[in-house]
Amino acid sequence: MAGITGKDTVLTAYADQLGKLDAPKGRSLTQDAIRRLTRNKAAVVSIGLVVFIVLFAFVGPYFLPWRYEEVDWSAFRKPPNFEAGHYLGTDQNGRDLLARTMLGTQMSLIVALVATVVSVCIGVVYGAVAGYFGGKVDAIMMRFVDIMYALPYILFVIILVVIFGRNPVLLFVGIGCLEWLTMARIVRGQTLSIKEKEFVEAARAGGAKPFTIILRHIVPNLTGPVVIYATLTIPEIIITESFLSYLGLGVQEPQTSLGTLISFGAPVAETMPWLLLTPAVVLVTMLLCLTYIGDGLRDALDPKDR
Amino acid sequence: MLGYALRRVLSAIPIALIAVTVCFFILRLAPGGPFDGDRALPPQTLANLRAHYNLDQPLVVQYFIYIWRLLQGDLGPSMVFNDFTVSEMLAIGLPFTLMLGFAAFVVATIVGLIVGSLAAVNHNRWPDYVLVMISMVGLVIPNFLMASLLQLGFAVYLRWLPAGGYTPGSYINLVLPITVLALPHAGRIARLMRGSMIEVLGTNYIRTARSKGLGTRLILARHAIKPALIPVVSYLGPGLSYLLTGSLVVEQIFALPGIGKYFISAALNRDYGLVLGTTILYMFIILALNLVVDVVYAWLDPKVRYR
Repeated sequence: MAGITGKDTVLTAYADQLGKLDAPKGRSLTQDAIRRLTRNKAAVVSIGLVVFIVLFAFVGPYFLPWRYEEVDWSAFRKPPNFEAGHYLGTDQNGRDLLARTMLGTQMSLIVALVATVVSVCIGVVYGAVAGYFGGKVDAIMMRFVDIMYALPYILFVIILVVIFGRNPVLLFVGIGCLEWLTMARIVRGQTLSIKEKEFVEAARAGGAKPFTIILRHIVPNLTGPVVIYATLTIPEIIITESFLSYLGLGVQEPQTSLGTLISFGAPVAETMPWLLLTPAVVLVTMLLCLTYIGDGLRDALDPKDR
Repeated sequence: MLGYALRRVLSAIPIALIAVTVCFFILRLAPGGPFDGDRALPPQTLANLRAHYNLDQPLVVQYFIYIWRLLQGDLGPSMVFNDFTVSEMLAIGLPFTLMLGFAAFVVATIVGLIVGSLAAVNHNRWPDYVLVMISMVGLVIPNFLMASLLQLGFAVYLRWLPAGGYTPGSYINLVLPITVLALPHAGRIARLMRGSMIEVLGTNYIRTARSKGLGTRLILARHAIKPALIPVVSYLGPGLSYLLTGSLVVEQIFALPGIGKYFISAALNRDYGLVLGTTILYMFIILALNLVVDVVYAWLDPKVRYR
């Protein structure tokens, strides 16, 4: 029985109306970051291009008439020729350049991934441990990083090549082992401030062991800076790899990488420019895109920098 | 200030010693030795050679011999280039390498600072976008690729500049190598300078200076540049060390008579003396530069001095 004033009817109608509406939406920090990233045109275009390059490298070879190690005895050092299926020409040994570029891109991407994962793992654990324990442990661990910084990087890479010789996998794990220094510094700095937060205190009061706290409570909170810096590490590793291959120290024939292709293309660029320009264009596009993505991520995840 | 500098010098000594130790042992852990040529040497010759270079001693003894000589300023003999000591080899190649590196450093720093400041002053207008794009391209293209492209463009097609080689006095041969070396460094400095300059230009004291009626140029010169330089200065040390080591590659590409040519072949031939000598010398240069940078940093930012 409705009241005389009809108050209940109005209120019920209002409650029904509210019930039909969606619950008010808050935006999480991640959603905020994604929104900022998608508004950054350079970053969005770069992500698209990187996806394209990855597809180009891994799916592309299935659409080509020639395989990367196959020799076309009728076409040595030929410029692009669509009828024969050499869309970007052939190299000095009659192998299809497009197929070789795809393989080279694959190699560069795999190397970058392996080395980045290695460097991120070492850097995060090292930095978090140094930052969390602080005091003497921190001082000694960071002094070690200082020493590593003082060693000339390229000389060290060349010495590594000498040690690991012709085993590319070990070599790139080795490069990863050199690239973690900056990551460790960044992570340590973040850890120093995170470990003072209440939730770490709560975990400690709850009896969690130091390494549980580091892995469960501190490392997840480092995701932002780690992702940013890892994205910026990838191009650096690609450059290191291509540089080593350029010197003839990296990936060996018949495998190839963008650096190897460039080093074979450079001396003959006057007469056969396609041999230099094709791998160069892929390499530069990839590096530019990755750097733009890294910058975009930094702006999106770290609003104070904007 | 002086006390701060002194403390920094003292703290660099153990770092240098440990780094020398690490280099020494890592190099020796690598398989192979300086006398593994294509043709195996007669055992007696090999034994004599090894004894001559103290390679038959236990590793730890070799280490102390090396350190003892090093303290007297003796880097030992080169094991592949017979008749040369490491110091002689370095004296032949290093001055050129250092000259190249420093020239590129000076050029790159000046260009980078100007580009960065210009971009910051024109923040979010077209000169900013163009300059950022250019510095990004300079930053990401690896120096060996940049070298090939510039050689192709300026030496082969346009024929304006020589593609390589160097005889004393022919400075035009150095234009391309210095450009190649300087570009990534200039790009990075421009980015840093732009970022910190934008931040400084947004601060309250710059607004105060502007409201006093100071002109843009005066504000930049008197108030903005010094604080904006702080992040840039902290990059100069690592930046210069990148340039000095990077010049090894550029020398190789442009066929320049620096230490780079010897270093790479020395590493592959296990010329322990030469590799170690070069590495140590570079390390000392880098440590010394970091010291200079730290002191400059302390001068720019008083907070650092009292930590």
